[in-house]
Amino acid sequence: MSNVFIAFQANEESRPLVDAIVADNPEAQVVYSPGLVKIDAPNRLVVKRETIEEIIGRKYDLQELQINLVTLSGNLDEDDDEFVLSWKH
Amino acid sequence: MSVTAIGTYTHTSHDTPERFAAPLLYVAWDEHMMFAAPAVVPLAMHTSMAEVQSKVLPALYSAHPDFERIQWSQVQWFCGDRMFTPKPNSTLADHGFEHKSVLRFRTPGLEGLRGSCG
Amino acid sequence: MDKRVEKKKLDLASRYQALTQDLQWDTSYQPTEKVFPYARYEGIRVNDWSQWQDPFKMTLDVWWRQQSEKDRRLYAVLDAFAQNNGQIGVSDARYVNAVKLVLQAFAPLKYAMHRALAHSARNLPGDAARIAAQIQATEQLRHSQLTLHAASVYNKYFNGMHAAPRWFEQAWYLAPVKSFADDIASAGPFELMVAISFGFETLLSDTLYVPFMSAAAHNGDLSTVPVGFSSQSDTTRHKQASIATVKFLLQQDALNVATVQRWVDKWFWRSFRLMPLVAMLQDYMVPKRVGSWKESWDTFVEAPIDALFEELAPYGLKKPAGWQAACAAKDHLSHQAWNAFYGYGHALAFHTWVPGHDELEWLDRKYPNSFDRWYRPRLTHYAQLEAAGKRFHNHALPMQCQVCQQPMMFTEPGDGRWIAYRETKHEAESFHFCSDQCQTIFSNEPEKYLQAQLPSHAILQGSQGEGFEDALQASIANVGVVIGRDNGEFHGSEDDTNFTQWGGGQDMKEAQL
Repeated sequence: MSNVFIAFQANEESRPLVDAIVADNPEAQVVYSPGLVKIDAPNRLVVKRETIEEIIGRKYDLQELQINLVTLSGNLDEDDDEFVLSWKH
Repeated sequence: MSVTAIGTYTHTSHDTPERFAAPLLYVAWDEHMMFAAPAVVPLAMHTSMAEVQSKVLPALYSAHPDFERIQWSQVQWFCGDRMFTPKPNSTLADHGFEHKSVLRFRTPGLEGLRGSCG
Repeated sequence: MDKRVEKKKLDLASRYQALTQDLQWDTSYQPTEKVFPYARYEGIRVNDWSQWQDPFKMTLDVWWRQQSEKDRRLYAVLDAFAQNNGQIGVSDARYVNAVKLVLQAFAPLKYAMHRALAHSARNLPGDAARIAAQIQATEQLRHSQLTLHAASVYNKYFNGMHAAPRWFEQAWYLAPVKSFADDIASAGPFELMVAISFGFETLLSDTLYVPFMSAAAHNGDLSTVPVGFSSQSDTTRHKQASIATVKFLLQQDALNVATVQRWVDKWFWRSFRLMPLVAMLQDYMVPKRVGSWKESWDTFVEAPIDALFEELAPYGLKKPAGWQAACAAKDHLSHQAWNAFYGYGHALAFHTWVPGHDELEWLDRKYPNSFDRWYRPRLTHYAQLEAAGKRFHNHALPMQCQVCQQPMMFTEPGDGRWIAYRETKHEAESFHFCSDQCQTIFSNEPEKYLQAQLPSHAILQGSQGEGFEDALQASIANVGVVIGRDNGEFHGSEDDTNFTQWGGGQDMKEAQL
């Protein structure tokens, strides 16, 4: 089992994304370093549009997360509702 | 030809001996990486080993504190990977050196700054 | 009362299909081979381009908007930095040498990648892949430009940034990066996708654009941080597309597997041989440190790439041939690089120095297996010489590896004692390499690499200039580097004295995280 991760610029816009990810991925670990917030999870990490919308109180397009995205690791599967990183093995 | 090419592929070496004033010798003092990489020295292959020892190596390495402590009779000499013993009055060519050969020497017991190979 | 009718939108997958793959057509009045003349000569076989898909499903309409938004934000930060004298807010002026090296080495590399990817963008027969390559090519140009813009503020106040494009072409210590650029320029459209997006970006680029950029933030460089992070958000799409490309090629035809493996082996290693610069940026050139090169390697390379290759194994791909050697180097790479650059400090276009006491202690803590044993004694010695007014300069021309063109400064994998030497005789001429992997790269394409113009050899073949400390120094003076002003010891340099006069710098307590 290997970690997947996603990292964002640490700012006010990425805060709700981090909160949503932590809410939807109970085993996720958040690591801060100057300017950067990185979230690791064992094997799978899901970012859900609905959870983000609940937090920010407006419609959200998952492609918006790329504005503050820095890097990620894992196989990406994306549709309009979920942005999923996973390893198949 | 192993290069994958869509047409004719010409190739010329830029380092053939006639392009230099003298053949190239690469020189290194093992376990002394204060000198981070081997040196490139244009040097005629009929240069005597005596001259290598008395002129070429001091010019390159006398800045190192170990240099004045070298016991030359204990030094190990290499042409590439092959250890050799310099004969009296011999030249580089006598020991198989040619253009783009590597000369390395080792000084057992002298392993750089505080034994760090630096 | 009008009822508001929701316009039906295509979902992400359908929009991607409509705006990329559905644009494909078979040529009818010109043969396909004539329209795509580079599609076959590399020996790659593709039967069904409709199987290629970008995991991010990026379409140009979304892309324009997003990139505009990213640039708007980024340039606001750059403007604010310039207007508010951000350059005196960095930790100390030594930091600016990190900006110089990134400008000198990586901005031109990105530019070269842009040119190469433009070739793929024209010549890959699959429409979806061509669109992704167009996006990637434009983004590499963006990264190059962003770096230039971030550095331009510093260029007004510090030395060593005024002729970077020329130095890329002609400075001896940038030859490894230039040779990488030349190598991709001579590759075909398939190889260079694997080389750039998989070899460099997927396997190794996080080390330069993530933890180093966090270190930049810690050192007060508001200018470079968003450049790095925003660039890497583009690169994240390149990485995913490259993994999709590798899987696609492996699945399209069993005959592709050997070729792709050879490319992965070659380009992992060629990319790894650029990492000495990144490693020393992180361990030596940022006065306030966030983490070591070794930690960056563990977090951003060893663990995730291990997982990636486990994922790719069922497709027939193995870890790159140099993987073990690269991982074994993590205790040594940055130290060997800084040791070399310090010694050649009189012949660079940036300053070098011996780290201060707290910094040496940090290096020891982060490298308990290697720093005190192999590297601290050298630095201590250099500090003593400098204090006595006899700063060490290595006046010999360095021997370079025929393939990567780095000085032959690397030790055998995992070892600190013996410089690694490899030699091949090809058509009666001897060629030398720093490693098994560079030797293998040569043996697969000897006609390409025997043409290399190694800097030390080129210097010996040219006229060497008078009034300089040695031929290496003369060679950089010849391309517009001002000796003593743009290089040499940092302490006492014009950069140093200016910065002090301007009242620059930060509190350095708790500087090493």
